[in-house]
Amino acid sequence: MTVDAVIIGSGPGGSTAADILTRAGWTVVIIEKGRNHLLDPEDLTRPSADYSNDEIKFTHRFFLGPDPFLEPRTFRTGVDEGDHSHVGEVNSIPSTVGGGGTHADGKTPRFREVDFRMHSTFGPQPGADVVDWPLTYDDLEPWYALVERAVGVAGTAGANPFAAPRSGPFPMPSGTPMYGATLSSAAAEKLGFHPYAAPTAANSVPYDGRPACNNCGFCAFFGCPIHAKGDPVALLTRTMATGLAELWPETYVSRIRTEGRRATGVDYIGPDGVERSMDARHVIVAGGAIETPRLLLQSEIGNELVGRFLMVHYQTIVLGVMPFDVYGDRGRAVTHVHDDAMIPDDLSKAAAKAAGLPWMRGGMVEHGGGGLPASEARAYPWGPTHLEQMQESPMRRHLWAFIMQGEDLPYATNTVDLDLSIRDVRGFPSPRITYKGGTHELAASAHHGPRLEAILKEMGATSTMLTSSPGGEFAGYKRSMAPGSRHVIGTARMGTDPATSVVDPFGRLHDLDNVIVADSSVFPTASGYGPTLTLVALAARAAGALAGTPAESFDPTLP
Amino acid sequence: MPIWLTESEYSTLHAACNRLLPPQGDTPGAGDAGSADYIDTLLGAFSFDPPRIWAGGPTSGRAGGDACFEQFHPLTALDELAWRTRIEGSQNLTEREFNGPVIGLQQRYREGLASLGPDFTTAEPDEQDRRLRANREFLSLLFEHTCQGMYGAPEYGGNRDTVGWRAIGFAGDVQPRGWTDQEVSAP
Repeated sequence: MTVDAVIIGSGPGGSTAADILTRAGWTVVIIEKGRNHLLDPEDLTRPSADYSNDEIKFTHRFFLGPDPFLEPRTFRTGVDEGDHSHVGEVNSIPSTVGGGGTHADGKTPRFREVDFRMHSTFGPQPGADVVDWPLTYDDLEPWYALVERAVGVAGTAGANPFAAPRSGPFPMPSGTPMYGATLSSAAAEKLGFHPYAAPTAANSVPYDGRPACNNCGFCAFFGCPIHAKGDPVALLTRTMATGLAELWPETYVSRIRTEGRRATGVDYIGPDGVERSMDARHVIVAGGAIETPRLLLQSEIGNELVGRFLMVHYQTIVLGVMPFDVYGDRGRAVTHVHDDAMIPDDLSKAAAKAAGLPWMRGGMVEHGGGGLPASEARAYPWGPTHLEQMQESPMRRHLWAFIMQGEDLPYATNTVDLDLSIRDVRGFPSPRITYKGGTHELAASAHHGPRLEAILKEMGATSTMLTSSPGGEFAGYKRSMAPGSRHVIGTARMGTDPATSVVDPFGRLHDLDNVIVADSSVFPTASGYGPTLTLVALAARAAGALAGTPAESFDPTLP
Repeated sequence: MPIWLTESEYSTLHAACNRLLPPQGDTPGAGDAGSADYIDTLLGAFSFDPPRIWAGGPTSGRAGGDACFEQFHPLTALDELAWRTRIEGSQNLTEREFNGPVIGLQQRYREGLASLGPDFTTAEPDEQDRRLRANREFLSLLFEHTCQGMYGAPEYGGNRDTVGWRAIGFAGDVQPRGWTDQEVSAP
């Protein structure tokens, strides 16, 4: 059997490619190395019942994978640290059917015009390789509009004064605002910021056969028990219903096979541990910005830039303890955000100048609550005061937090490559993350952190704390130098020139005619917005180009 | 009868959990609340079929729906390899040592509990605390698991009758009820 396309990875990018290609009549096989907990194994057109409000299995026992014993990753801040300084969990975005979409709290902002034109707008940064994208917001807008419907995004057009123009309304109105977010938004507005209801891929009303979110609160890092989160369950169930797709979970692609300028198929290892090959007319790689370059390197395809310009979001984390209960355990984890840190003002321009930088941008700021009790409990000293602390709960019931997803600049020295000294369970070299924030990231964090603290004080915080990921200390714990952000970006950047990019503007490898990268690996710059909706729009655009179906050809009334 | 620990190890663990999260008012200490059973169940997870690693979904029955948490997920061969290695250690088995030997939780608990001394349960509270502090690595592991046992879902063996959640006013798992818009926005 030769399928039209083999799709490697079932996350938001791979699922989108599968949806677009099967709508166009293509046959596809979706290969996923993780387990299937997303779809009913008896009927893959329906969601599963495996997810639950269970802190233990999701937060402490790797239910969504990857298990760091089976699939360790390694980390170092630079080559001076030798092979690695850490082995285990690094940026563990889920390895499971549905990929990173399963655990996200579904923030799905679009990028703005400027995010595609960083070099033209702001100019270069010393040490970084800031470039324009080979496409514009206008090129992507019809695909944004399509995938917002396909995934199911709730939002309010016009709520964000900085947002790029839209060709139509959101498919659903914004969902219920969290109590704490109403207070932090009011405080932010009073200080001149512009908070708004975050575009979110969680149903605010019944949509596309799935129920409205019922605000259970187990959202960020949890699979949705009622499948009100649309991404990517909506894409996968629709794909499977076409009858044109097969889904192979627990299957690992070890190599993309090639002949001359074409891929002929893939080698894979199934759940039985046996290695086999399959033929495919096209290969879509959608493993995310760590696993995708890993597979390209393992397959010895792509040019010498594969794995370079890894970006995460350098997170500035600001915590405020409020003298009242913020009810942070109810709702969609984050219902409000503000973008002001991405729009340089006089203060941030002065801070950039003081740091010796030509310009500086922060990132989208998420307004959210604290964690869950088993994790909270570790934050207090053991002994006779512990229960009192849990009852007073400064770190959960009274905690309101801002996380700024700071824009990372692309540095050639931040990379993903293969660490030959550590293997995964199948015997393949582990992916190695070499990462260190640059002056830009550190300066932006140092500048915006105190401005966010001021909002929390305005909201009523009796104490505030400021930290970052990577680096910094928090509640006596020294935080890892490995970045905690699950927004993993870059490593197979797109461009028109094969000398300075890995893939073309449609995600096609410059050196192979039928291999497409369909995930956030292709972003030339990171923006400070969550990457999901943009990678989904790019994957849809790439798949549309492959199948000859422009965005306008899809019935706009269909989800 | 404990599941994996010996009676005397279990008694030591029970007493240690009660020191880490001691009783206060009507709330029992973590040992009595089930943290020792949570840990013993994890150490003996493979005495059950399916192993007690991942509770089922989507509901527990506490807020409506069926009692699905009790039906633990079956493990794949790779899941079993990971969790057996994590719990039992690598035991010189080639398939568990692809990155070198692994010391399992069973050994860490056996040695850690032994380090607290055979008379730990009858030692004075201050002396118990001193011995707990003397083995920092074990204390860190034990504290982490004691917290999980006190505040995780009861199906894992701890948080007896949701006593941990009730003590701190936490609703626990709330599906399929969830929270109303009013409870979210204007509680």
